[in-house]
Amino acid sequence: MNRIDASFKSAEAESRLVLAPYVTVGYPTRESAVELALAYVEAGADMLEIGMPFSDPIADGPTVQLASQIALEGGVWLEDAFNMIERIRSQTDIPLVPMGYVNPFMQFGFDSLARELAAAGADGLIVPDVLPEHADDIEAAHAEHGLYLIRFAAPTTPRQRLRHVGSGAQGFIYCVSVTGVTGSRARLADDLPAYLARVGEATSVPRMVGFGISKPEHLRALHGRAEGAIVASALIDIVQASPPGAGIEAAAAHVRNLAAAA
Amino acid sequence: MLETGTLPNAAGYYGPFGGRYVPETLVAALDELEASFQRHHRDPAFVAELENLLHFYAGRPTPTYHAARLSRELGGAQVYLKREDLAHTGAHKINNALGQGLLARVSGKRRVIAETGAGQHGVASATVCAMLGLDCVVYMGEEDVHRQALNVARMCTLGAEVISVTSGTRTLKDAINEALRDWVTNVDSTFYLFGSATGPHPYPRIVREFQRVIGREARAQIQELAGGLPDTVVACVNGGSNAIGIFSAFIEDPGVSLVGVEAGGYGGDQGEHAATVESGTPGILHGARSLLLQDEGGQIIGTHSIAAGLDYPGVGPELAYLHHVGRAEFATFGDADALDALELLARTEGIIPALESAHAVAGAIRMASETSSDCVILVNLSGRGDKDMETIAAQLGTRG
Repeated sequence: MNRIDASFKSAEAESRLVLAPYVTVGYPTRESAVELALAYVEAGADMLEIGMPFSDPIADGPTVQLASQIALEGGVWLEDAFNMIERIRSQTDIPLVPMGYVNPFMQFGFDSLARELAAAGADGLIVPDVLPEHADDIEAAHAEHGLYLIRFAAPTTPRQRLRHVGSGAQGFIYCVSVTGVTGSRARLADDLPAYLARVGEATSVPRMVGFGISKPEHLRALHGRAEGAIVASALIDIVQASPPGAGIEAAAAHVRNLAAAA
Repeated sequence: MLETGTLPNAAGYYGPFGGRYVPETLVAALDELEASFQRHHRDPAFVAELENLLHFYAGRPTPTYHAARLSRELGGAQVYLKREDLAHTGAHKINNALGQGLLARVSGKRRVIAETGAGQHGVASATVCAMLGLDCVVYMGEEDVHRQALNVARMCTLGAEVISVTSGTRTLKDAINEALRDWVTNVDSTFYLFGSATGPHPYPRIVREFQRVIGREARAQIQELAGGLPDTVVACVNGGSNAIGIFSAFIEDPGVSLVGVEAGGYGGDQGEHAATVESGTPGILHGARSLLLQDEGGQIIGTHSIAAGLDYPGVGPELAYLHHVGRAEFATFGDADALDALELLARTEGIIPALESAHAVAGAIRMASETSSDCVILVNLSGRGDKDMETIAAQLGTRG
C-alpha cells in the first residue's frame, strides 16, 4: 500500500487529521533542511511536503518565495532533493511528498524524475502549475513507479470540474483553502466548510487543506471537514524570526502544538 | 501547408508550444475569459465599438511610410515603416489594451491588473481603464520603474496605481509573477489585461487577435505604396505581440520572409542578452510551454537589454512555433546596434523609435544594405522613443 493511503487510514482510525509540515530543500541550508524535517517528524508530523525551489514560484507568497530564493542562492539542484528525501526516508516511514514547479522537472525528464523519486523513497508528487488535462505524461511516469501525482481543488473550481478532477485523484486532493497564494493567515475563509463539502462530494480520496493554515485552532476547525492539513509559511516565518541556531527547535515546537490539535 | 489558420488547437497549443500551465485557482477565470472572447470578438456590436475606438480614439489606421532617405543612405532595399509609434500612447500596445479593455467591461469586473516592462503596455492599460472608468493596477519591475520613469509618471497621471516589484530580477518576468499572484488572489473581481502574446491559453490567441490590425492595415498599405507584397517583414521580438500582429497577415504568403529581431544585449553569455529563440530551450514559464532562457536545472535566468520591453527570458508560443516549422527566421542585434539604428533613423528621417523598435530597424538596416534596390522591407516601428530619451541621451551623449 502507498504510504499516503496508509497514513490516512491510520489517522482515520484515531479520528485525527493528517498533519503535513512543509520543508524547502536547501533551507535554511542543505544540511539543516534535513535536520528541520527530522525535527518535524519527531514532533508528530504524519507526512512531509518537501518543496523544490524554483526561480518563479507563481503560486507562492513572500514567505515561501524567500525560502526558495535562499535555497537557490545556496546552489540547490534537484539532486539535493533526491538526497534529502533519501536521508529522511532512512529515518522514518511517514509519507514524503515532494512539491515543485513543472519546468525544472521537465528539464530533468519526467521518467527520470519518477525513477529517482521512487528510489529515494518518495510517495507522490505535487506540481502546482500542472493541471490534470496537461498531466498525462507526468502522471503515467509516476504511476509506473507507484507514485501518486496529487491533484488540486480551489474555491473557484466549478462543481462539474471538481467531479472531473476528483474522479481521477490519487492519494489525496490538495484543497487550496483560499483564492490566493501561500502564506499565513489569521483566520480561515468563511466559505471554507461549504467548499470542502463540495470537494467531498466530488471525490473519494482524502482532502488535504493548504494555504494559510497556521494555528492549532485552524486544525480544530477542520475536524470533520477535511482529512488533513499542510502547514508551510507559518513554519518558515518561525525559522526566519528565530535567532540563529534556534529556528529548528522553535518551528518543531509549533509542529508539536499543531500535532496536538490535529 | 502551415495550419496557422486553425491554431491554436482546443487546448491552446501551437504544435509543441502553448497550453495552460497555471494553478487550479485560475482555471475557471481562463475558461470564462476564453468563452467571453469567443462570444464577443466576432460579435458585430463588439467589433463596431472596437473599430470605432481604434479609429477615433487611438488614431488608426496608422500610416505605412516609405523611408526614402534612409533607403538611399543604405543603398539597397526600400525600407517602409509601419508607424505604430503614431498610435495613441505611442506604441502598438493600445490595440490590445482596447480590445481586452472592452472584454473587461463586458465581464463586469471593475478592477484591471496589467504587467509592464518598458511601460508601454502599462500606459496603454492605464489609458484604456481611464477611458472606460475601470480601476487599474500595473505591476512593473523595480529596475524598469527607474529606467522608464516617464512612463511611470504617465500611468500615475492616468490614475493607475503602479506597484514596483522587488522580487527576483526586478524586471518584466517578476512583474508577471506578481501580477499572476494578484490575479490568483483577486480572481473574482479582477480582469488580467495581459500585454504580450504569451502566457496561458487563451492569452496568446487573444493578444494576436487584437494586434492583427497592424498586419491587416500594413498589407493593404504596402501593396498600394510599393505595388506588391514586401520581400521581408521585420519586427522586434520578445513576448512578441507586435511581431505576431504584423506577421499574422503575411504567414500564408510564401514569398514573404518573416524576420524577428531579438535583443542581443552586450554579449552572448548567459545573462548578457535576451535572445530567447536563438539561445533558448523548450520549457514552461508563466503558463505556457515555449522557448526559454534557463539554466541546466530549469531555473529561469536573468536577461539584459537596453530596451526594457525586450528584457524577458521567454517568447510567445506562436512565434516559437513559427520558428520550429521554419516559417519565421530570427536574428539578434545588440544594444549598440539598436542605438546606431536609432541615431541613423533619427538623422535621416526625423523619427526617434523606441529602443525596442530600434532593434527591428537595426535588422532592416543590415538586410537592406545586403539586398538590391527593388527589394522591399517592411518594418514594424512598434513604438516611439520619447520614453527612452534619458537612456538615449546618456548613451549617445557619451559617444564621441
